[in-house]
Amino acid sequence: MRVQISGGRVIDPANDIDGRLNLFIADGKVVACGHAPDGFDADINIDATNRIVCPGLVDLRAHLREPGQEHKATIESECRAAAHGGITTLCCPPTTTPAVDTPAVASLIIRRAETAGLARVVPLGAMTRGLDGKHLSEMAALRVAGCTGVSNDFRSIDNPLILSRAMEYAATFDLTVFINAQNPHLANNGTVHAGAVSSRLGLAGIPAAAETVAVAACLALVEQIGVRTHFSLLSTTRAAQMIARAQHDGLPVTADVSAHHLHLTENDVLDFDSQCHVMPPLRTLRDRDGLRQWLARDTIAAICSDHQPHEADAKLAPFGETATGITALETLLPLSLRLVDDGVLTINEMIASLTLRPARILGVEAGDLAPGRRADVCVFDPEHYWVLSRDRLVSRGHNTPFLDWELKGRVTHTLLGGVPVFEYKP
Amino acid sequence: MDKRNIQLDDNGQLRHFLTIEGLKRQLLVDILDAAESFTSVTEQTVKKVPLLRGKTIVNLFFESSTRTRTTFELAAKRLSADVLNININASATTKGETLLDTQRNLEAMQCDMFVVRHAVSGAAHFIARHAAPHVSVINAGDGSHAHPTQAMLDMFTIRHHKGEFHKLRVAIVGDILHSRVARSQIHALSTLGVEEIRVIGPKTLIPVEAHTLGVHVHHDLRTGLRDIDVIITLRLQHERMSGAFLPSEHEYFQLYGLTEARLELAKPDAIIMHPGPINRGVEIESAVADGPRSVILNQVAHGTAVRMAIMAKAMQRLPNLSARELH
Repeated sequence: MRVQISGGRVIDPANDIDGRLNLFIADGKVVACGHAPDGFDADINIDATNRIVCPGLVDLRAHLREPGQEHKATIESECRAAAHGGITTLCCPPTTTPAVDTPAVASLIIRRAETAGLARVVPLGAMTRGLDGKHLSEMAALRVAGCTGVSNDFRSIDNPLILSRAMEYAATFDLTVFINAQNPHLANNGTVHAGAVSSRLGLAGIPAAAETVAVAACLALVEQIGVRTHFSLLSTTRAAQMIARAQHDGLPVTADVSAHHLHLTENDVLDFDSQCHVMPPLRTLRDRDGLRQWLARDTIAAICSDHQPHEADAKLAPFGETATGITALETLLPLSLRLVDDGVLTINEMIASLTLRPARILGVEAGDLAPGRRADVCVFDPEHYWVLSRDRLVSRGHNTPFLDWELKGRVTHTLLGGVPVFEYKP
Repeated sequence: MDKRNIQLDDNGQLRHFLTIEGLKRQLLVDILDAAESFTSVTEQTVKKVPLLRGKTIVNLFFESSTRTRTTFELAAKRLSADVLNININASATTKGETLLDTQRNLEAMQCDMFVVRHAVSGAAHFIARHAAPHVSVINAGDGSHAHPTQAMLDMFTIRHHKGEFHKLRVAIVGDILHSRVARSQIHALSTLGVEEIRVIGPKTLIPVEAHTLGVHVHHDLRTGLRDIDVIITLRLQHERMSGAFLPSEHEYFQLYGLTEARLELAKPDAIIMHPGPINRGVEIESAVADGPRSVILNQVAHGTAVRMAIMAKAMQRLPNLSARELH
């Protein structure tokens, strides 16, 4: 199939391209950007006038719920939501049931996504068997099955000796270690940031130190072991500062932040709004602004969705008893565009933090529109205003605090390997 | 989500009583005034007024309680309402029924008001948010969040003994961190405009950034009690006493226990309050609890009248209130 995307502003940070150019795609790959190759005859012509054409987005953290929690969502349902959001590569954490601790589970996830054909899914492997924090998983086999990184998610590895061995073992097979930095003893079953709001509402708090203590411990091990380490979902300014220092010292560490941590704060919880019950918790305004600054300085390289679809009942209980997380694939791009309007990032930086940079962290071929590369493409109208409503959501989960927000930026076309998988019809 | 004050109806009238926070001073004063008029009811031979006749009130207690539930029950009966007591510890939730299902089942029985106590902060808000349009919710204590009726009866007691609020310095001593009573008292005292609110306790029992609640934090009881008009000492839960929050009962009493000697630091006419039940010899010595400045038993006595006022107000039966109706 040959596709021509005409008249759009192509922004491709991987190749320093930003201009009104035509993009030509054949047999699933980009063949040219600018002039048409000789004899190019498009089967599909996409008019991208007044739109931005960029690599398909790469989301470093999306829970797809399959296998094990299909009552919340399935790989197919969430890959469809991803396509609506312009996302073509999804990295899912190993917290499925069973956990991604065997090649069989990893292959199952990858195959299901291939069958659905709506987005590419790269699972993270479990660092420890069943995420038990005690026994190393068969990481070499997970690598062969398609995992590029391993993680123990929020099930922290309590014993630093086991964590350091897991890091060493991962480094042996060139796997990136993904860390959700939260010390479980300091978090102590808390549900919100330990601060003015937790004090006011009488909710158990998670101090900022739960994150910084875990980051500090990890950085000390990374310094010793040298394993490539990615800190997922930073929530505090202080942790970002520590990572900036480590990067300055030459440690191989990267970090991401969720889109909602760049927009919401602890104050959004003030009415016991369970839609704002997330992990790590929403922190102070100062933290939110600090995370924005460290994102602008590249210390935090990527913005992820931390997509967590839930059935309605999961949020229908008093705040502390509700499930954590937000359904977020379809708001990732508009919320990131809002950072451009807020003067935090340029549009080129914003696109880099959703494409090239997360692709590099994940170690996959994506986020790059050079000729010969896989044609994962997102076309969006940056000036299209729309209001997020329940019936617009494609994800199985409708749990989002952004309902009724006026969002700017609408994906109009998504191509996966040169094949259109989504087209916006007003 | 709807961010309007969930406690008020479209006309700005009280509908649910969930927390003192966000309520206007005049509303609190109205409740105190109404409670004043109800105290005469409780002293009559026929201790009833017909304000809530025909209404059904459900005491929905997910956490055990004797005193609070009893005063609510008494208050409802004196307002001529029908009362249903439901203790859920041993009931539906252990069978896997959700809070929402329990609530909907009861609503289907045409109840008009829920008085809710629950171990989780925000539970009363949750029930109010999902209540049918004709139903009012009164928070009888949710987790560490709020216990607004207890705070109102404490305000009633303070006003009874001290008159005006604006010149008072009030100290709350003890486990502020886990106390829903303290949180509600702080909001009530600041809404009613006291001169100063202090909280006194070790750092492990003071909420983080407590100053944002509008209080001064003291760790030394001696400086904390200086020039104080009202001392509220909180019950220390047994599970906090050994281990992570405090080393021992003994050391706590040494540092924060209210004794006759320490009362010398407060104003000579200072009153001592305690939301009960008391741990004698832990947070307060008997000589103080039973002494002339203690108003602890008055607090209990006022509980019914104050809760009558709050229930009548939330059912919007107070604006029509006249002396004749009361007698």
